[in-house]
Amino acid sequence: MSLQQFINEAISPWMKEEGPDSDIVMSSRIRLARNFQNYPFPIISSEERMEEILQFFKEEYAGKSFRDYHHFEVVEMDKLQSVEKRVLVEKHLISPHLTEHSKHSASLISQNEQVSIMINEEDHIRIQLYFPGFQLDRALEQASQLDDWLEEKVDYAFDENRGYLTACPTNVGTGMRASVMMHLPALAMTQQITRMTPAINQLGLVVRGIFGEGSDALGNIFQISNQITLGKSEEDIVEDLHSIVKQLIDQERKARQALMHRSGVQLEDRVFRSYGVLKHSRIIESKEAAKCLSDLRLGIDLGFIDHIPKTILNELMVLTQPGFLQQYAKESLSPSERDVRRASLIRERLQLENKE
Amino acid sequence: MDCQRCHKRPATVHLTQVINGEKTEVHVCAYCAKEQGYMSDNQDFTLNDLLSGLFNYDKSSSYKGKQSKSYQSNKQLKCPGCGLTYQEFAQIGKFGCADCYKTFDERLNPIFRRVHSGNIKHDGKIPKREGGNLHLKKQMNEYKTQLQHLIEQEEFEEAAKIRDQIRSLDEQIHHGQGGEE
Ligand SMILES: [Zn+2]
Ligand SMILES: [Zn+2]
Repeated sequence: MSLQQFINEAISPWMKEEGPDSDIVMSSRIRLARNFQNYPFPIISSEERMEEILQFFKEEYAGKSFRDYHHFEVVEMDKLQSVEKRVLVEKHLISPHLTEHSKHSASLISQNEQVSIMINEEDHIRIQLYFPGFQLDRALEQASQLDDWLEEKVDYAFDENRGYLTACPTNVGTGMRASVMMHLPALAMTQQITRMTPAINQLGLVVRGIFGEGSDALGNIFQISNQITLGKSEEDIVEDLHSIVKQLIDQERKARQALMHRSGVQLEDRVFRSYGVLKHSRIIESKEAAKCLSDLRLGIDLGFIDHIPKTILNELMVLTQPGFLQQYAKESLSPSERDVRRASLIRERLQLENKE
Repeated sequence: MDCQRCHKRPATVHLTQVINGEKTEVHVCAYCAKEQGYMSDNQDFTLNDLLSGLFNYDKSSSYKGKQSKSYQSNKQLKCPGCGLTYQEFAQIGKFGCADCYKTFDERLNPIFRRVHSGNIKHDGKIPKREGGNLHLKKQMNEYKTQLQHLIEQEEFEEAAKIRDQIRSLDEQIHHGQGGEE
Protein backbone atom coordinates (compact mmCIF):
# COMPACT_ATOMS: atom_id res chain seq x y z
CA MET A 1 0.00 0.00 0.00
CA SER A 2 1.28 3.49 -0.80
CA LEU A 3 1.78 5.95 2.03
CA GLN A 4 -0.95 8.22 0.65
CA GLN A 5 -3.42 5.33 0.73
CA PHE A 6 -2.33 4.32 4.19
CA ILE A 7 -2.83 7.86 5.46
CA ASN A 8 -6.23 8.14 3.84
CA GLU A 9 -7.39 5.05 5.64
CA ALA A 10 -5.60 5.78 8.89
CA ILE A 11 -6.76 9.31 9.55
CA SER A 12 -10.40 9.72 10.61
CA PRO A 13 -12.39 11.74 8.05
CA TRP A 14 -13.34 14.40 10.60
CA MET A 15 -9.67 14.96 11.48
CA LYS A 16 -8.93 16.11 7.94
CA GLU A 17 -11.34 19.00 8.31
CA GLU A 18 -10.38 22.34 9.79
CA GLY A 19 -12.80 23.50 12.46
CA PRO A 20 -13.14 26.94 14.08
CA ASP A 21 -9.94 28.28 15.73
CA SER A 22 -8.08 25.35 14.25
CA ASP A 23 -4.77 27.22 14.47
CA ILE A 24 -4.89 26.35 18.18
CA VAL A 25 -7.76 23.99 18.94
CA MET A 26 -7.31 20.62 17.27
CA SER A 27 -10.51 18.94 18.43
CA SER A 28 -13.44 19.10 20.85
CA ARG A 29 -14.84 16.03 22.54
CA ILE A 30 -17.85 15.14 24.68
CA ARG A 31 -17.98 11.87 26.56
CA LEU A 32 -21.07 10.65 28.39
CA ALA A 33 -21.01 7.75 30.86
CA ARG A 34 -24.24 5.76 31.14
CA ASN A 35 -25.29 2.50 32.76
CA PHE A 36 -28.13 0.03 32.62
CA GLN A 37 -30.43 0.17 35.62
CA ASN A 38 -30.68 -3.54 36.31
CA TYR A 39 -27.23 -4.83 35.54
CA PRO A 40 -24.19 -4.82 37.81
CA PHE A 41 -21.44 -2.50 36.55
CA PRO A 42 -18.71 -4.19 34.45
CA ILE A 43 -16.11 -3.95 37.23
CA ILE A 44 -18.03 -6.48 39.32
CA SER A 45 -20.32 -8.08 36.73
CA SER A 46 -20.37 -11.75 35.84
CA GLU A 47 -19.42 -12.60 32.28
CA GLU A 48 -22.96 -13.69 31.41
CA ARG A 49 -24.46 -10.34 32.31
CA MET A 50 -21.81 -8.47 30.34
CA GLU A 51 -22.41 -10.71 27.36
CA GLU A 52 -26.15 -9.93 27.51
CA ILE A 53 -25.38 -6.24 27.18
CA LEU A 54 -22.98 -6.83 24.30
CA GLN A 55 -25.56 -8.97 22.50
CA PHE A 56 -28.19 -6.29 23.01
CA PHE A 57 -26.02 -3.73 21.26
CA LYS A 58 -25.15 -6.09 18.44
CA GLU A 59 -28.80 -6.86 17.81
CA GLU A 60 -30.17 -3.36 18.18
CA TYR A 61 -27.51 -1.11 16.74
CA ALA A 62 -25.21 -2.94 14.34
CA GLY A 63 -25.40 -1.24 10.93
CA LYS A 64 -27.85 1.40 12.21
CA SER A 65 -27.49 5.11 11.50
CA PHE A 66 -28.44 8.18 13.49
CA ARG A 67 -28.37 11.65 11.89
CA ASP A 68 -24.91 12.26 10.41
CA TYR A 69 -23.53 9.13 12.01
CA HIS A 70 -23.97 6.30 9.58
CA HIS A 71 -23.60 2.57 9.73
CA PHE A 72 -22.45 1.94 13.24
CA GLU A 73 -20.03 -0.93 13.18
CA VAL A 74 -19.74 -3.16 16.23
CA VAL A 75 -16.04 -3.68 16.80
CA GLU A 76 -15.61 -6.48 19.31
CA MET A 77 -12.37 -6.23 21.25
CA ASP A 78 -12.02 -9.97 21.54
CA LYS A 79 -11.82 -10.33 17.80
CA LEU A 80 -9.00 -7.85 17.27
CA GLN A 81 -5.25 -8.39 17.11
CA SER A 82 -3.37 -6.45 19.74
CA VAL A 83 -1.89 -4.12 17.12
CA GLU A 84 -5.38 -3.35 15.80
CA LYS A 85 -6.54 -2.45 19.28
CA ARG A 86 -3.50 -0.25 19.74
CA VAL A 87 -4.28 1.60 16.52
CA LEU A 88 -7.83 2.31 17.71
CA VAL A 89 -6.43 3.69 20.96
CA GLU A 90 -3.94 5.86 19.07
CA LYS A 91 -6.81 7.24 17.01
CA HIS A 92 -8.54 7.98 20.34
CA LEU A 93 -11.53 5.93 19.22
CA ILE A 94 -11.35 3.64 22.23
CA SER A 95 -9.77 3.89 25.66
CA PRO A 96 -6.82 1.81 26.86
CA HIS A 97 -9.18 0.52 29.56
CA LEU A 98 -11.40 -1.10 26.93
CA THR A 99 -8.47 -2.99 25.38
CA GLU A 100 -7.28 -4.20 28.77
CA HIS A 101 -10.53 -6.08 29.38
CA SER A 102 -11.43 -7.21 25.95
CA LYS A 103 -13.84 -9.91 26.93
CA HIS A 104 -17.44 -8.93 26.19
CA SER A 105 -16.40 -5.40 25.36
CA ALA A 106 -16.83 -3.60 22.10
CA SER A 107 -17.19 -0.25 20.46
CA LEU A 108 -19.87 0.99 18.09
CA ILE A 109 -18.04 3.21 15.66
CA SER A 110 -19.78 5.42 13.11
CA GLN A 111 -18.54 5.40 9.54
CA ASN A 112 -17.10 8.91 9.82
CA GLU A 113 -15.38 7.90 13.06
CA GLN A 114 -16.78 10.92 14.86
CA VAL A 115 -18.74 8.73 17.25
CA SER A 116 -17.56 5.80 19.28
CA ILE A 117 -19.89 4.17 21.79
CA MET A 118 -17.85 1.95 24.06
CA ILE A 119 -19.64 -1.04 25.55
CA ASN A 120 -18.63 -2.58 28.89
CA GLU A 121 -15.86 -0.14 29.61
CA GLU A 122 -15.75 1.00 33.25
CA ASP A 123 -19.41 1.84 32.68
CA HIS A 124 -21.79 -0.12 30.47
CA ILE A 125 -21.92 2.70 27.96
CA ARG A 126 -19.49 5.47 27.12
CA ILE A 127 -20.67 7.72 24.31
CA GLN A 128 -17.85 9.67 22.75
CA LEU A 129 -18.18 12.32 20.08
CA TYR A 130 -15.52 14.43 18.35
CA PHE A 131 -15.64 17.61 16.35
CA PRO A 132 -12.68 19.22 14.62
CA GLY A 133 -11.55 22.56 16.06
CA PHE A 134 -13.37 24.47 18.78
CA GLN A 135 -17.00 23.29 18.66
CA LEU A 136 -17.97 22.28 22.18
CA ASP A 137 -21.58 23.46 21.93
CA ARG A 138 -22.23 21.47 18.80
CA ALA A 139 -20.52 18.44 20.26
CA LEU A 140 -22.69 18.64 23.39
CA GLU A 141 -25.89 19.05 21.41
CA GLN A 142 -25.14 16.07 19.17
CA ALA A 143 -23.90 13.88 22.02
CA SER A 144 -27.08 14.60 23.94
CA GLN A 145 -29.18 13.59 20.93
CA LEU A 146 -27.24 10.35 20.61
CA ASP A 147 -27.89 9.82 24.30
CA ASP A 148 -31.65 10.31 23.75
CA TRP A 149 -31.51 7.86 20.86
CA LEU A 150 -29.98 5.18 23.09
CA GLU A 151 -32.38 5.96 25.92
CA GLU A 152 -35.30 4.98 23.69
CA LYS A 153 -34.24 1.38 24.27
CA VAL A 154 -32.03 1.39 27.35
CA ASP A 155 -33.32 1.79 30.91
CA TYR A 156 -30.68 4.10 32.30
CA ALA A 157 -29.49 4.01 35.89
CA PHE A 158 -30.63 7.46 37.01
CA ASP A 159 -31.46 8.99 40.37
CA GLU A 160 -33.29 12.25 41.03
CA ASN A 161 -30.63 13.44 43.46
CA ARG A 162 -27.46 11.91 42.11
CA GLY A 163 -28.19 12.04 38.39
CA TYR A 164 -26.71 9.46 36.03
CA LEU A 165 -25.20 6.72 38.17
CA THR A 166 -21.69 5.65 37.23
CA ALA A 167 -19.21 3.08 38.51
CA CYS A 168 -16.80 5.77 39.68
CA PRO A 169 -17.87 8.54 42.07
CA THR A 170 -15.88 11.00 39.94
CA ASN A 171 -18.33 10.66 37.02
CA VAL A 172 -21.70 10.71 38.77
CA GLY A 173 -24.27 13.41 37.95
CA THR A 174 -23.98 14.41 34.32
CA GLY A 175 -21.57 11.56 33.57
CA MET A 176 -20.02 14.08 31.22
CA ARG A 177 -16.42 14.80 30.43
CA ALA A 178 -16.01 17.67 27.98
CA SER A 179 -12.54 18.22 26.61
CA VAL A 180 -10.62 20.24 24.13
CA MET A 181 -7.28 19.33 22.55
CA MET A 182 -5.06 22.40 22.10
CA HIS A 183 -1.69 23.09 20.50
CA LEU A 184 -0.03 25.65 22.78
CA PRO A 185 3.61 25.97 21.66
CA ALA A 186 4.10 29.62 22.62
CA LEU A 187 2.54 29.24 26.08
CA ALA A 188 4.70 26.16 26.60
CA MET A 189 7.91 27.78 25.30
CA THR A 190 7.48 30.76 27.62
CA GLN A 191 6.52 28.51 30.58
CA GLN A 192 3.25 30.41 30.88
CA ILE A 193 1.12 27.28 30.73
CA THR A 194 2.82 25.91 33.85
CA ARG A 195 2.04 29.13 35.67
CA MET A 196 -1.57 29.16 34.49
CA THR A 197 -2.34 25.54 35.35
CA PRO A 198 -2.99 25.99 39.11
CA ALA A 199 -5.51 28.77 38.42
CA ILE A 200 -7.27 26.61 35.83
CA ASN A 201 -7.37 23.73 38.30
CA GLN A 202 -8.99 26.01 40.85
CA LEU A 203 -11.88 26.44 38.44
CA GLY A 204 -12.52 22.70 38.43
CA LEU A 205 -10.77 22.07 35.12
CA VAL A 206 -7.82 19.80 34.40
CA VAL A 207 -4.89 20.49 32.07
CA ARG A 208 -2.77 17.59 30.91
CA GLY A 209 -0.67 16.35 28.02
CA ILE A 210 -2.35 13.66 25.95
CA PHE A 211 0.47 12.13 23.96
CA GLY A 212 3.18 10.38 25.95
CA GLU A 213 3.20 9.62 29.62
CA GLY A 214 3.84 11.64 32.73
CA SER A 215 3.66 15.40 33.00
CA ASP A 216 5.32 16.07 29.64
CA ALA A 217 2.92 17.28 27.01
CA LEU A 218 4.42 15.77 23.87
CA GLY A 219 4.13 18.05 20.86
CA ASN A 220 2.89 20.86 23.15
CA ILE A 221 -0.54 19.34 22.84
CA PHE A 222 -2.71 19.79 25.91
CA GLN A 223 -6.10 18.54 26.88
CA ILE A 224 -8.35 20.77 28.98
CA SER A 225 -11.36 19.07 30.55
CA ASN A 226 -13.89 19.41 33.34
CA GLN A 227 -13.27 17.67 36.65
CA ILE A 228 -16.66 18.19 38.26
CA THR A 229 -19.66 16.26 37.00
CA LEU A 230 -22.11 16.69 39.89
CA GLY A 231 -24.11 19.79 40.78
CA LYS A 232 -23.70 21.67 37.52
CA SER A 233 -25.67 21.34 34.30
CA GLU A 234 -24.02 20.09 31.13
CA GLU A 235 -24.48 23.52 29.55
CA ASP A 236 -22.83 25.30 32.49
CA ILE A 237 -19.89 22.89 32.51
CA VAL A 238 -19.36 23.41 28.79
CA GLU A 239 -19.74 27.18 29.16
CA ASP A 240 -17.07 27.30 31.88
CA LEU A 241 -14.72 25.19 29.81
CA HIS A 242 -15.50 27.29 26.76
CA SER A 243 -14.58 30.53 28.47
CA ILE A 244 -11.26 29.19 29.75
CA VAL A 245 -10.37 27.76 26.35
CA LYS A 246 -11.24 31.11 24.77
CA GLN A 247 -8.84 32.82 27.16
CA LEU A 248 -6.13 30.28 26.44
CA ILE A 249 -6.57 30.87 22.70
CA ASP A 250 -6.18 34.62 23.23
CA GLN A 251 -3.13 34.13 25.45
CA GLU A 252 -1.52 31.73 22.98
CA ARG A 253 -2.06 34.18 20.09
CA LYS A 254 -0.61 37.03 22.15
CA ALA A 255 2.38 34.93 23.16
CA ARG A 256 3.00 34.00 19.51
CA GLN A 257 2.89 37.66 18.50
CA ALA A 258 5.22 38.64 21.31
CA LEU A 259 7.68 35.90 20.33
CA MET A 260 7.60 36.99 16.71
CA HIS A 261 8.12 40.59 17.73
CA ARG A 262 10.94 39.96 20.20
CA SER A 263 12.75 37.07 18.57
CA GLY A 264 11.43 36.52 15.10
CA VAL A 265 14.70 35.27 13.64
CA GLN A 266 15.29 32.85 16.48
CA LEU A 267 11.77 31.50 16.03
CA GLU A 268 12.26 31.15 12.29
CA ASP A 269 15.55 29.38 12.92
CA ARG A 270 13.89 26.99 15.33
CA VAL A 271 11.11 26.19 12.87
CA PHE A 272 13.49 25.50 9.97
CA ARG A 273 15.90 23.48 12.09
CA SER A 274 13.03 21.25 13.16
CA TYR A 275 11.83 21.04 9.56
CA GLY A 276 15.35 19.99 8.59
CA VAL A 277 15.41 17.28 11.23
CA LEU A 278 12.06 15.91 10.10
CA LYS A 279 13.10 16.00 6.45
CA HIS A 280 16.48 14.38 6.87
CA SER A 281 16.83 12.29 10.00
CA ARG A 282 17.21 8.53 9.74
CA ILE A 283 16.43 7.76 13.39
CA ILE A 284 13.94 9.76 15.44
CA GLU A 285 12.40 9.08 18.86
CA SER A 286 8.77 9.96 19.46
CA LYS A 287 9.70 12.77 21.83
CA GLU A 288 11.94 14.51 19.32
CA ALA A 289 9.49 13.91 16.51
CA ALA A 290 6.71 15.50 18.58
CA LYS A 291 8.85 18.54 19.38
CA CYS A 292 9.82 19.04 15.74
CA LEU A 293 6.26 18.52 14.50
CA SER A 294 5.04 21.12 16.97
CA ASP A 295 7.67 23.58 15.67
CA LEU A 296 6.73 22.79 12.08
CA ARG A 297 3.07 23.38 12.77
CA LEU A 298 3.87 26.67 14.50
CA GLY A 299 5.96 27.63 11.45
CA ILE A 300 2.94 26.96 9.22
CA ASP A 301 0.65 29.01 11.48
CA LEU A 302 3.14 31.90 11.50
CA GLY A 303 3.55 31.84 7.73
CA PHE A 304 7.21 30.72 7.57
CA ILE A 305 6.16 27.62 5.68
CA ASP A 306 3.24 27.59 3.30
CA HIS A 307 3.31 24.42 1.23
CA ILE A 308 2.42 21.98 4.02
CA PRO A 309 -1.15 21.55 5.34
CA LYS A 310 -1.91 22.47 8.94
CA THR A 311 -3.27 19.03 9.65
CA ILE A 312 0.27 17.63 9.43
CA LEU A 313 0.74 17.85 13.21
CA ASN A 314 -2.40 15.93 14.13
CA GLU A 315 -1.82 13.47 11.33
CA LEU A 316 1.81 12.66 12.05
CA MET A 317 1.39 12.67 15.83
CA VAL A 318 -1.06 9.81 15.31
CA LEU A 319 0.75 8.02 12.48
CA THR A 320 4.09 7.89 14.28
CA GLN A 321 2.69 6.13 17.35
CA PRO A 322 3.95 2.57 17.88
CA GLY A 323 0.71 0.86 16.81
CA PHE A 324 0.45 2.68 13.50
CA LEU A 325 4.14 2.23 12.69
CA GLN A 326 3.76 -1.50 13.17
CA GLN A 327 0.57 -1.64 11.18
CA TYR A 328 2.27 0.17 8.29
CA ALA A 329 5.33 -2.07 8.56
CA LYS A 330 3.04 -5.10 8.82
CA GLU A 331 5.29 -6.59 11.52
CA SER A 332 6.07 -6.01 15.15
CA LEU A 333 8.97 -3.67 15.75
CA SER A 334 11.37 -3.13 18.64
CA PRO A 335 11.62 0.44 19.97
CA SER A 336 14.83 1.10 18.04
CA GLU A 337 13.34 -0.30 14.82
CA ARG A 338 10.38 1.99 15.36
CA ASP A 339 12.64 5.02 15.57
CA VAL A 340 14.04 4.15 12.15
CA ARG A 341 10.56 3.54 10.70
CA ARG A 342 9.25 6.74 12.26
CA ALA A 343 12.02 8.77 10.59
CA SER A 344 11.39 7.21 7.20
CA LEU A 345 7.61 7.60 7.43
CA ILE A 346 7.99 11.29 8.25
CA ARG A 347 10.48 11.80 5.39
CA GLU A 348 8.16 10.10 2.93
CA ARG A 349 5.20 12.09 4.15
CA LEU A 350 6.99 15.40 3.71
CA GLN A 351 8.13 14.36 0.25
CA LEU A 352 4.50 13.94 -0.79
CA GLU A 353 4.14 17.70 -0.28
CA ASN A 354 7.25 18.59 -2.27
CA LYS A 355 6.11 16.70 -5.34
CA GLU A 356 3.05 18.87 -5.78
CA MET B 1 -1.80 -5.21 35.37
CA ASP B 2 -4.18 -8.09 34.77
CA CYS B 3 -5.90 -9.92 37.59
CA GLN B 4 -3.71 -12.85 38.49
CA ARG B 5 -6.67 -15.13 39.04
CA CYS B 6 -8.95 -14.59 36.05
CA HIS B 7 -6.65 -12.56 33.75
CA LYS B 8 -9.72 -10.88 32.35
CA ARG B 9 -10.17 -7.78 34.41
CA PRO B 10 -7.61 -5.26 35.71
CA ALA B 11 -6.13 -5.89 39.13
CA THR B 12 -7.59 -3.16 41.30
CA VAL B 13 -7.07 -4.82 44.67
CA HIS B 14 -3.46 -5.10 45.74
CA LEU B 15 -2.67 -6.72 49.01
CA THR B 16 -0.10 -8.66 50.94
CA GLN B 17 -1.31 -11.91 52.35
CA VAL B 18 0.42 -13.50 55.29
CA ILE B 19 0.07 -17.26 55.50
CA ASN B 20 2.09 -19.07 58.18
CA GLY B 21 4.37 -16.08 58.44
CA GLU B 22 5.08 -16.09 54.73
CA LYS B 23 4.22 -13.02 52.70
CA THR B 24 2.68 -13.26 49.25
CA GLU B 25 1.63 -10.38 47.06
CA VAL B 26 -1.85 -10.63 45.62
CA HIS B 27 -3.09 -8.57 42.67
CA VAL B 28 -6.64 -9.34 41.73
CA CYS B 29 -9.71 -7.68 40.28
CA ALA B 30 -12.59 -6.62 42.48
CA TYR B 31 -14.68 -9.54 41.30
CA CYS B 32 -12.08 -12.17 42.22
CA ALA B 33 -11.20 -10.41 45.44
CA LYS B 34 -14.79 -10.85 46.45
CA GLU B 35 -14.95 -14.43 45.25
CA GLN B 36 -11.78 -15.29 47.16
CA GLY B 37 -12.97 -13.52 50.25
CA TYR B 38 -10.08 -11.05 50.27
CA MET B 39 -12.43 -8.24 50.88
CA SER B 40 -14.12 -9.50 53.99
CA ASP B 41 -12.65 -7.91 57.05
CA ASN B 42 -11.40 -10.99 58.88
CA GLN B 43 -8.43 -11.63 56.62
CA ASP B 44 -4.87 -10.67 57.29
CA PHE B 45 -3.99 -8.10 54.75
CA THR B 46 -2.75 -4.62 54.18
CA LEU B 47 -4.28 -2.51 51.48
CA ASN B 48 -2.65 0.13 49.43
CA ASP B 49 -5.38 1.47 47.28
CA LEU B 50 -4.61 4.79 45.69
CA LEU B 51 -8.17 5.92 45.94
CA SER B 52 -8.58 5.00 49.57
CA GLY B 53 -7.55 8.49 50.58
CA LEU B 54 -10.78 9.66 49.07
CA PHE B 55 -12.87 7.61 51.37
CA ASN B 56 -12.04 9.27 54.56
CA TYR B 57 -14.29 7.16 56.69
CA ASP B 58 -13.51 5.53 60.01
CA LYS B 59 -9.81 4.98 59.41
CA SER B 60 -9.18 3.05 62.57
CA SER B 61 -11.16 0.08 61.33
CA SER B 62 -10.37 -1.67 58.11
CA TYR B 63 -7.23 -0.17 56.62
CA LYS B 64 -4.95 -1.46 59.32
CA GLY B 65 -5.25 -4.99 58.11
CA LYS B 66 -3.13 -6.53 60.83
CA GLN B 67 -5.52 -5.46 63.53
CA SER B 68 -8.59 -6.29 61.59
CA LYS B 69 -8.92 -9.75 63.08
CA SER B 70 -10.12 -8.28 66.31
CA TYR B 71 -12.29 -5.78 64.50
CA GLN B 72 -15.80 -7.03 63.98
CA SER B 73 -17.91 -4.68 61.94
CA ASN B 74 -21.34 -4.19 63.34
CA LYS B 75 -24.20 -3.82 60.92
CA GLN B 76 -22.16 -4.09 57.75
CA LEU B 77 -23.85 -2.16 54.93
CA LYS B 78 -24.34 -4.51 52.00
CA CYS B 79 -25.90 -3.69 48.64
CA PRO B 80 -28.88 -5.99 47.88
CA GLY B 81 -28.34 -5.44 44.16
CA CYS B 82 -24.77 -6.64 43.74
CA GLY B 83 -23.61 -7.80 47.15
CA LEU B 84 -20.92 -5.15 47.52
CA THR B 85 -20.36 -4.03 51.10
CA TYR B 86 -19.56 -0.46 52.01
CA GLN B 87 -16.11 -1.53 53.03
CA GLU B 88 -15.47 -3.12 49.68
CA PHE B 89 -16.74 0.00 47.97
CA ALA B 90 -14.31 2.08 50.00
CA GLN B 91 -11.47 -0.26 49.10
CA ILE B 92 -11.96 -0.30 45.35
CA GLY B 93 -13.37 3.20 45.04
CA LYS B 94 -16.07 2.07 42.65
CA PHE B 95 -19.75 1.27 42.94
CA GLY B 96 -20.95 -2.19 41.92
CA CYS B 97 -24.41 -1.29 40.65
CA ALA B 98 -27.09 1.38 40.66
CA ASP B 99 -28.51 0.12 43.97
CA CYS B 100 -25.20 0.81 45.73
CA TYR B 101 -26.03 4.52 45.56
CA LYS B 102 -29.21 4.02 47.61
CA THR B 103 -27.63 1.53 49.98
CA PHE B 104 -24.65 3.71 50.88
CA ASP B 105 -26.55 6.97 50.48
CA GLU B 106 -26.02 8.34 53.96
CA ARG B 107 -22.26 8.00 53.68
CA LEU B 108 -21.85 9.42 50.21
CA ASN B 109 -22.22 13.15 50.73
CA PRO B 110 -18.73 13.68 52.19
CA ILE B 111 -17.22 11.73 49.29
CA PHE B 112 -19.14 13.65 46.63
CA ARG B 113 -18.34 16.95 48.33
CA ARG B 114 -14.65 16.19 48.06
CA VAL B 115 -14.74 15.07 44.47
CA HIS B 116 -17.20 17.63 43.14
CA SER B 117 -16.22 20.85 44.89
CA GLY B 118 -18.90 20.66 47.55
CA ASN B 119 -21.73 19.53 45.28
CA ILE B 120 -23.98 16.63 46.26
CA LYS B 121 -27.07 17.04 44.06
CA HIS B 122 -27.49 16.56 40.33
CA ASP B 123 -28.46 19.65 38.39
CA GLY B 124 -28.20 18.51 34.79
CA LYS B 125 -29.97 16.48 32.19
CA ILE B 126 -32.94 14.28 33.05
CA PRO B 127 -33.52 11.24 30.85
CA LYS B 128 -36.78 11.32 28.90
CA ARG B 129 -38.34 8.02 29.93
CA GLU B 130 -36.46 7.24 33.11
CA GLY B 131 -36.90 10.76 34.40
CA GLY B 132 -40.70 10.31 34.75
CA ASN B 133 -42.26 13.56 35.85
CA LEU B 134 -38.97 14.99 37.07
CA HIS B 135 -39.08 17.13 33.94
CA LEU B 136 -42.34 18.65 35.12
CA LYS B 137 -40.94 19.23 38.60
CA LYS B 138 -37.93 20.95 37.12
CA GLN B 139 -40.18 23.12 34.97
CA MET B 140 -42.23 23.91 38.08
CA ASN B 141 -39.14 25.16 39.90
CA GLU B 142 -38.28 27.36 36.96
CA TYR B 143 -41.81 28.84 36.88
CA LYS B 144 -41.67 29.53 40.60
CA THR B 145 -38.39 31.40 40.29
CA GLN B 146 -39.85 33.40 37.41
CA LEU B 147 -42.98 34.17 39.38
CA GLN B 148 -41.00 35.46 42.35
CA HIS B 149 -38.96 37.63 40.04
CA LEU B 150 -42.02 39.06 38.28
CA ILE B 151 -43.70 39.88 41.58
CA GLU B 152 -40.59 41.67 42.79
CA GLN B 153 -40.57 43.64 39.53
CA GLU B 154 -44.28 44.35 40.05
CA GLU B 155 -45.09 42.84 36.66
CA PHE B 156 -48.41 41.53 37.85
CA GLU B 157 -49.95 40.84 34.47
CA GLU B 158 -47.08 38.55 33.48
CA ALA B 159 -47.08 37.02 36.96
CA ALA B 160 -50.73 36.05 36.58
CA LYS B 161 -49.91 34.19 33.37
CA ILE B 162 -47.14 32.27 35.04
CA ARG B 163 -49.45 31.47 37.95
CA ASP B 164 -51.91 29.89 35.51
CA GLN B 165 -49.14 27.84 34.03
CA ILE B 166 -48.07 26.70 37.47
CA ARG B 167 -51.64 25.62 38.17
CA SER B 168 -51.94 23.51 35.05
CA LEU B 169 -48.50 22.03 35.59
CA ASP B 170 -49.46 21.15 39.15
CA GLU B 171 -52.52 19.43 37.75
CA GLN B 172 -50.35 17.40 35.38
CA ILE B 173 -47.93 16.39 38.11
CA HIS B 174 -50.63 15.20 40.47
CA HIS B 175 -53.25 13.76 38.20
CA GLY B 176 -52.02 13.53 34.64
CA GLN B 177 -49.23 11.03 35.15
CA GLY B 178 -51.31 7.95 35.86
CA GLY B 179 -51.22 8.45 39.61
CA GLU B 180 -47.47 8.16 39.91
CA GLU B 181 -47.34 10.50 42.85
ZN1 LIG C 1 -10.12 -11.54 38.40
ZN1 LIG D 1 -24.71 -2.61 44.31
